Amino acid sequence: MKAASFAYAKPRALAEALDLAARPGAKILAGGQSLIPSLNMRLSYPELLVDINGLDELKGIRLDKDIVRIGALATHAEIGKSDVVTKHLPLLSTAVPHIAHPAIRNRGTIGGSLALADPAAEYPACVLALDATIIATGKKGERKIKAGDFFNGLFETALKPGEILTAVEFKAQKKDEKSAFLELARRQGDYATIGLAAFATNGTKRLAYFGAADRPVLAQNAAKAKDLESAKAALAKDLQPSADLYHSTATKLHLARVLLERAWNTL
Amino acid sequence: MEHAVEATLTVNGTEVRRRIEPRQHLVDFLREELGLTGSHIGCEHGVCGACTVRVNGEIVRGCLMLAVQADGCQVETIEGLSDSGELAQLQKAFHERNALQCGFCTPAMLLAARDLQLSNPRASREEIRAHLSGNYCRCTGYQAIVDAIEEVLHGKG
Amino acid sequence: MGRAELPLHAPGTQLDKGYIGQSVPRPNAQRLLQGRGAFTDDLRFPRLAHVAFFRSPHAHARIRKLDFSKAVRAPGVIGVFDGRAVAEYCTPWVAVLAHLKGIKSPPQHAVAIERACCQGEACAAVVAESRSQAEDAVALIEADWEALPAVIDMDESLAGRTVIHPELGDNICFKRELDTGGVDEAFAQADLVVEETYGFGRHTGVCAEGRAILADYNAGEHSLTVYHATQAPHMMQDIFSRHLGIPEASVRVITKDVGGSYGIKVHVYPDEMATAALSVMLRRPVKFLADRLESFLSDIHAREHKAKVRLACTSAGEILAFELDDLTPIGPYSVYPRTSGIEGNQVVNLTGGPYKHQKYRARMHVVFTNKNVTCQYRAVGHPIAVALTEAIVDLAAHKLGMDPAEFRRKNLIPDDAYPYTFPSGIKFEQLSHHQTLDKLLALMDYRKLREEQAALRKKRVYRGIGLAAMIEVTNPSPAFYGVGGARISAQDGATLRLEPTGMLTVMCSVTEQGQGTEAIFAQIAASAVGVSMDKVRVITGDTGVTPYGGGTWASRGAGIGGEAVLLAGRALRANMLDLAAAILKVDKAELDVRDNAVVHKLTQEAKMPLAELGRVGYFRPDTLPPDFQAELTVTRHYTPRQYGFSFTNGIQASLVEVDPDTGLVKLLKHWCVEDCGTVINPMLVDEQIRGGVVQGIGAALYEECLYDASGQLLNGNMADYLVPMALEMPDIVCAHIETPTRQSQLGAKGVGEAGTAGAPGAVMNAVNDALAPLNARVTSMPFTPERILRALGRVA
Repeated sequence: MKAASFAYAKPRALAEALDLAARPGAKILAGGQSLIPSLNMRLSYPELLVDINGLDELKGIRLDKDIVRIGALATHAEIGKSDVVTKHLPLLSTAVPHIAHPAIRNRGTIGGSLALADPAAEYPACVLALDATIIATGKKGERKIKAGDFFNGLFETALKPGEILTAVEFKAQKKDEKSAFLELARRQGDYATIGLAAFATNGTKRLAYFGAADRPVLAQNAAKAKDLESAKAALAKDLQPSADLYHSTATKLHLARVLLERAWNTL
Repeated sequence: MEHAVEATLTVNGTEVRRRIEPRQHLVDFLREELGLTGSHIGCEHGVCGACTVRVNGEIVRGCLMLAVQADGCQVETIEGLSDSGELAQLQKAFHERNALQCGFCTPAMLLAARDLQLSNPRASREEIRAHLSGNYCRCTGYQAIVDAIEEVLHGKG
Repeated sequence: MGRAELPLHAPGTQLDKGYIGQSVPRPNAQRLLQGRGAFTDDLRFPRLAHVAFFRSPHAHARIRKLDFSKAVRAPGVIGVFDGRAVAEYCTPWVAVLAHLKGIKSPPQHAVAIERACCQGEACAAVVAESRSQAEDAVALIEADWEALPAVIDMDESLAGRTVIHPELGDNICFKRELDTGGVDEAFAQADLVVEETYGFGRHTGVCAEGRAILADYNAGEHSLTVYHATQAPHMMQDIFSRHLGIPEASVRVITKDVGGSYGIKVHVYPDEMATAALSVMLRRPVKFLADRLESFLSDIHAREHKAKVRLACTSAGEILAFELDDLTPIGPYSVYPRTSGIEGNQVVNLTGGPYKHQKYRARMHVVFTNKNVTCQYRAVGHPIAVALTEAIVDLAAHKLGMDPAEFRRKNLIPDDAYPYTFPSGIKFEQLSHHQTLDKLLALMDYRKLREEQAALRKKRVYRGIGLAAMIEVTNPSPAFYGVGGARISAQDGATLRLEPTGMLTVMCSVTEQGQGTEAIFAQIAASAVGVSMDKVRVITGDTGVTPYGGGTWASRGAGIGGEAVLLAGRALRANMLDLAAAILKVDKAELDVRDNAVVHKLTQEAKMPLAELGRVGYFRPDTLPPDFQAELTVTRHYTPRQYGFSFTNGIQASLVEVDPDTGLVKLLKHWCVEDCGTVINPMLVDEQIRGGVVQGIGAALYEECLYDASGQLLNGNMADYLVPMALEMPDIVCAHIETPTRQSQLGAKGVGEAGTAGAPGAVMNAVNDALAPLNARVTSMPFTPERILRALGRVA
């Protein structure tokens, strides 16, 4: 299908981008790997696409003391190849090969992925597991939003109209901290049937499931459990996964338990 | 053409300047405007990979990039990469092993294969399959394609 | 039996197979490798207009009103047309054939007029200067619908409480019963009776290139040229002619490069007929491409079946009888012109196929629904017949504690039993089931795999080995369609022309969709005439140029088209020798053609290059005897006459590992030993088999068109409908036995569909073999993790 008509602007500065983003019917275009398919399928009818790919201040991956700051326009490929990420955010590193396919990873961005908040996507669960901070910029300036407060529903985030997600900040993983990333999908690169981004620090666990709800979910009861068996039992309280085209609720819950079991000993 | 935007891009080494409707994706622009019909359209959802082209040295889905976004970019298609000889080794191996049947996915497969050759020339058979995992082929069942790439990377097996 | 002996020279001379049997790379693949092919969408025409269709969002609804007032004013729009307007240029059709007794279907129009009978049925057409503009205008069409009850479930359709087409009385498109007699007695005296019901998911072809047609009407001469991605250009020529009212020879159908077809593009699609009608109406070229979303909705679907099977056997493992009750839901119309009854008919014909039992009873119903239409898709009926046969055979073996390979060995028709008539009436010329079984077991090292399996089971690693023996229909005679009144040709022709420079042009009525038709014709022609392959050019897919013929379907290209090329090549060689004899003033019997030259037959000494032969024949006939005329263009046709179908046989094996926690199946390896008669190009044959196997794996593990209760297709896009991709697919080992057919000189049978015929059954048996220690069995394809986990009882 061919997309319906829309106007296009490519701002050269963030201030200009914010002005354009505030216009009615405006949508931000970053990597376009999710937006453009929806346009091509006529599922979405923006009046104006604001192409932010020219904003250099949104690019780059930096380690600043113990904070890793990843610009919203960092592509999945860049994140996957980054030494900083490999060394300091191994959870993210292990998630990247599961994201779609090489050609898509060359264009898709972390900012785009988080702003879209697809419940079956990898990054939202990763930022939740790592308790990352999402930086949103509006006309009034920067706003920091904790990952736990960011995902509000199906494709719904805490971003306000006219705000642009400009960066994500993570605490660099410490030596005694552990992470595990597990995803089940029918084929390499598919959206997850179910996945788990897990992080263990100081005896506490953060178990962020994706593909299990309308947003990434922290399995808090399971995380508090003393042993694997009670954790698996507790999972039913944490997750009420909706069925998808191919998997019933019961199957999703079962698979969530399987992932928990596989991750448990590595944490 | 009410929203048309001017863009200048280099396609297969030649500078091209056009007024382009923002809604036109890159592969439609290449096919319709420049007659470069070697890049194919298989789904327009970014899943089948038949539209793979190279932009600034990286493989991308041509249906998931607006043509206007290629402003200032170097775009390379199967025609250019064939004429420059960059794909010659892969094309020969594909031909000899019949790693193509209908040929519709082939330009994209070659671009993905070349991308692998440049980024991971020691790729194992499994890694070859993984790198091709975003390129749909219905005719070959993939094995001959994997064999051809393996031969180019590691010599005749 | 060994390889075919092909006397490519006149009788009594040295045998020389030439290129037959060689894995020659395809000459016509070079341009495809450079992106320099010419698919239908690559063509450019002056004043080319584009059509997009307004499609019904409802599975069943009366079209009360269509408001085009906004659409006609949209930018770039040339016209907006409803079904009545298109019907003035295109008559409707009814897809029935006389030999399918009792088959019925309502008429179908190019664009629906009163009522839409499935989601996606075209109800209006917008022609505009670009596809984007046409789609913009489609979005502005307003429609008033009256929802009608939709029949979706196959059992409900059969029960017929709601009849989709009241004038037909019920929802039964076609039904068939077959009974050899003695079946009840066989079951009564059996030591073991096993029964199982198998489900097969509806799926579709997903050709990389969507359906494509560009119709170009010339008002000045009332002629129509159609550039059409079709497998059967002559069939389409006839259909465009009759339904658009244009004299047959004024219709020319040209098939350029086709991006995959597998049967999808051999049928008549209403939107394609509408496109041609619009070109006539508007007197300009009009193009239609089915985009991916449209393809899922409107390309033919196939293979949705529910089959209850029973097998009776002795305690020693001898099969006594099969019984089958099969139900298959199609769409609201039988598809034109081959009908939607053939797939079910084939399931009845082929169930139990490899085995030597004598008793068989079958009952089969094809019922209408308000889902999308269905029709022939690669291996038509075989995937179902082979899977249900091989699954029930495995079940019986399992219950008797017999090794599945040994159970088959006991029951496969002996290799010396031919010719043989099977209980369903089909006739086998000569098959090689036992040889292929032996070869397969050796190739896969069956013993070792069983040992490994046993060892791994102790470690809770569950591997499965599944076998699937099969027979396959190829090279059909008019018995398939012609006898039913269809204007579908079962004969094909080849014209070979020696050019003045000694090159050879081959024009053949069989078509190419990537399988290598043109390559094997070049091999055969070069061998038959005596030239090198680089001198040969092949033209297919043009009704204005090639002889009349059937095109590609039912694996007939090599066996039928190839034979025509061989016959024409031999005849041309004889004519060339006549001319050479006249020029050289020697006896023709002393001469031969070899390596692009006329040679002395005994000494092989070159006497004259073919370029010289051509020069004299075309430019200097004044130097030849007055009563001599060179005929350097020869046409021959071929129809298989002795057997209604050339059956082939093969056997496949799948090795899988099932994860009982996730229900995911890992395909470790696959094998296929196939007997397709003379193998003209081993590489192309093996690649056809591999591609077919992966398509079959798609059916077994991934592909299913999911509809909700109201007839909405839920997964009609590439993200939600799962097709096999590279990482999950196994390596596939192929080997051959060659039992040539004696119906032709080439001896080639067909092979294009074999991979798809056997793979689903092999994978099903492998998955069930893996699950056996866990007392679980799956019977409904595709075997999703959900279905496997439920069978294992891991999920309630």
